[in-house]
Parts: sequence; C-alpha cells; structure tokens
Amino acid sequence: MAPLTEPSAGFKFDNVKRNQLLGDKGYKLPTATKTGTTIVGLIFKDGLILGADTRATAGPIVADKNCEKIHYLAPNMYCCGAGTAADTEFTTNMISSQLALHSLNTGREVRVVAAMTMLKQYLYKYHGHVGAALVLGGYDVTGPHLFTIYPHGSTDKLPYVTMGSGSLAAMSVFESRWRPGMSREEGIEVVKDAIEAGIFNDLGSGSNVDVCVITKGNAEYLRNYSTPNERVQKEQSYRFTPGTTEFYAPRVARQAQEPAEMDTSA
Amino acid sequence: MLSSITQAPVEAHSHNRWEPYVDNGGTSLAIAGADFVIIAADTRQSDGYSINTRYDPKAFELSNKTVIATTGYAADAKRLVEVMEQKAQSYFHKHERVMSTPAMAQLLSNTLYYKRFFPYYVFPILAGLDSQGKGAVFTYDPVGNMERTVYVACGSASALVQPFLDNQVGFANQRAADPNRLLDRETARKIAIDAFTGATERDIYTGDWLEIFTIDQTGVHREKRELKRD
Repeated sequence: MAPLTEPSAGFKFDNVKRNQLLGDKGYKLPTATKTGTTIVGLIFKDGLILGADTRATAGPIVADKNCEKIHYLAPNMYCCGAGTAADTEFTTNMISSQLALHSLNTGREVRVVAAMTMLKQYLYKYHGHVGAALVLGGYDVTGPHLFTIYPHGSTDKLPYVTMGSGSLAAMSVFESRWRPGMSREEGIEVVKDAIEAGIFNDLGSGSNVDVCVITKGNAEYLRNYSTPNERVQKEQSYRFTPGTTEFYAPRVARQAQEPAEMDTSA
Repeated sequence: MLSSITQAPVEAHSHNRWEPYVDNGGTSLAIAGADFVIIAADTRQSDGYSINTRYDPKAFELSNKTVIATTGYAADAKRLVEVMEQKAQSYFHKHERVMSTPAMAQLLSNTLYYKRFFPYYVFPILAGLDSQGKGAVFTYDPVGNMERTVYVACGSASALVQPFLDNQVGFANQRAADPNRLLDRETARKIAIDAFTGATERDIYTGDWLEIFTIDQTGVHREKRELKRD
C-alpha cells in the first residue's frame, strides 16, 4: 500500500517526463478541442455588448455546431473564451467561484478589474500553457469595463475588442462602424455583423451568433441571437427497414411492442 | 521533487526549408450507374483558416464523355488539368476522334507517374462512359496508382463521405441488399447532394458551391448548387 498523502492543489505534473518519453518514441499525444473562434466586445451608450460564434473544432472537423462561448462570471460580468475549450471553461468557472466568495466576503458587488486581475495572474502563472484568450466585460460601481486577456497574462482595456482566429474579420467591421455613444440597437447590430464576418470568412468560426448585453444592474444573454446557417432539407429519407442490420442468433430480451423503424434523419 | 519537473522540449528550429506544397482542401466524389456517371466537387479553395476563393472549380470536362475532378494542391491541379486538356486535344487532332474514357484514365496515370520524384500533390478522380457505354470511375493517388471503382470520395471530407457511400451506394452492412446493384440516376444525384451538405456541416474545408456533372450518351450536363458558406 502506498502511503496516504494530502492531495495538493492545482495541476499535477507527474506525467510530464513519461509523456516526453512517449513523444520521443513517436507516440502521438491526443490534441485538445480548440475553439477556433470569433469573439468580440464593444462599449455603447448604456453599457457593453459581448458577442461570440458557436463553432468548436477538432483540427479540420467541426466538433460542436452550437457551443456556448460566452461564460458567466458574476451577475454583472460575462467572459468570452477563445483557445483551448477546456482551459476557457475551467478558468472562467474557477474565477467565477472565487468572485462569488469575494463578493460574499466583502459584501459588495465585485469590480471588473478584480476579475481581470485574478484572470491575468492565474494565466501568467502558467506562462501561456493554459490556452485561454478572453474578452471580459462587466458593469460595476465605476461603470462599464471591457478587457482582452491573452494566454500569457497581458491585458488591454479598449472601447471595442476582438479575439480568436476570426478577430481580423471582426475587427474590420468594428474599425469601419464603431463610434462612441452608440445606441443599444446599433451596438447589437455591429456586434452581430462582426461575428458574422468571422463566421463566413474564418474557417475556424461558424454557425450562430450569441450576444450578451450588460448594462447598469442588468445582464441579458441572447443565446442564438442570429442563426444564419440553418441546415437545408435532405434530398431523401435515410430510414432503414427493420431487420437491416445483420445478426448471428436472434434472442428476445423483452416482448417487443410496436416494431419501430430506426430514424437516422437527425 | 522539483528535479522531476522538466520543461517541455523546445522544437529545434529548422531554417527556411523549402515548402513546395500547400493543401487547399475541398472534396470530390463520383458514382457510376449502368448508362451514366455522376461526378461532383465543391468549389471552396482555402489555405489554413482562410478562404482564398469561394468559386474555384475543381471538375473539368476533358471531352464530351470524360470529366476529371481534383483535390489537394490547387496549383498542381490546375497544371495537371492543363496538361490533360492539351493531350486530349492533340489526340483528337491526330486521330480525328475523341479519346475513350479508359484510354484517358491510363493517360492520366502515366502523366502522374512521369512526375514520380516531384509529384503533382493532387488526388484526382476521373469519370466517364466506357467503350460499352457503362459508367466508369477511376481513382488515383498522387503518383499514378489507378483503380477502377463504382463510387469514390476524395479530398478533405473523404473520411466522412466514403463510409456514407459505402453504405448507400455499396450497400455495406445492409442485410438482404445486393451489393452489386447500380443506382438509378435520380437516386445517385440525391446521394451526391446529401453527401456534400453533410460534409459541409462537419468539414471546415468543404462548402460554398457544389458542381455536379452528369455524363450520359447525350454528353456532359453541369449543375451548380449552393452550399453553406460558414
């Protein structure tokens, strides 16, 4: 029996040497799901708007056609994630939990700078190995705030930002259409068009547009705000007649009710 | 314990190696029938995460009974089709008749093997009517290995489309189905379309437009359809 030891907090690096040896011997390590992504944010008259596409990829394959990339951090704060899907998910979850505790401890609504600082300090600690590229937005007692946070821990504070593989396509929309003091409707339209620029011009981005509008004392999550990529109807049905699949010996497990055809049209 | 924690290895940086090839993505397929053959390809041409153009045709008529479709490196594909068109033309003028599909198939194999040590980085398929008027499909690797088949899928979504064709055209894993039965024209066309709408859903390199060529006794018929653009 191995002696019982206290489990240590954080990541374990026990397998680093083994994996390096396996790598040297030509064993291919599994690759993580990346959200080759378009995520954006902008400041408007009454607050800020976040936007994201909904495609998750594994190399050239679309892994998820309608995933959520706008993560909840606090009632007044949301965060878009690009990069390694697992890293964006776990990092935002963990910071969200710490923010909840922080607000309970202080008895105040947490400030966006606090979340930004916690995220950058966490990411810097791992020197970019935690592959999370984030757009953080929130409204606190000091007003609306919008940040980008890079995997190495650097941050920017800007009135309009884009990130991910579709960031250039999206920024081209922002650079031509953003102006100070936009209305809510104008802002949502520009965010939608920026994400759609990514969806149609960047192969890492696709499917639908998610939007999140954050104003003083309110956050509105508009899931699938735009769906410009509905699948067309199939040319024919691909229903198989019962008994199509080969079997060796019939065995009745339970008396069958209605003999239903297998539906593979979904 | 600190000594057991090691830094991940830094890739040895090789300097400015010549990279003559690019994969421009795209998918093609062909399905043969008793007296016709369908060959189809999408038209997206991409590099990495960027779309170079939404309409770069990959399928070309070499004669009024043979069509070639290519995937892989678009520049090599363009050159290969140029070469094949020139050879088909010169054969036509020399012999005063159109080259047969099996002859064109062998010529394509020879053309690919001629560049054995600096290959065209392409995955061609050739479709047409054979000397008996039956549908014929030929598939190749980049250096000219040739095989005549009934159906095939090539390119970036081939791993998605080929199993679908195995099941729907080759009737694989379907009890009491005749694996040698040939499809009628309309069914083959529907399967080709559904193969591409399906591939467009899951392969990032396939989309924009679909071109379908149907070849029969009366000649080559082209149809152009929309695919999703995301």
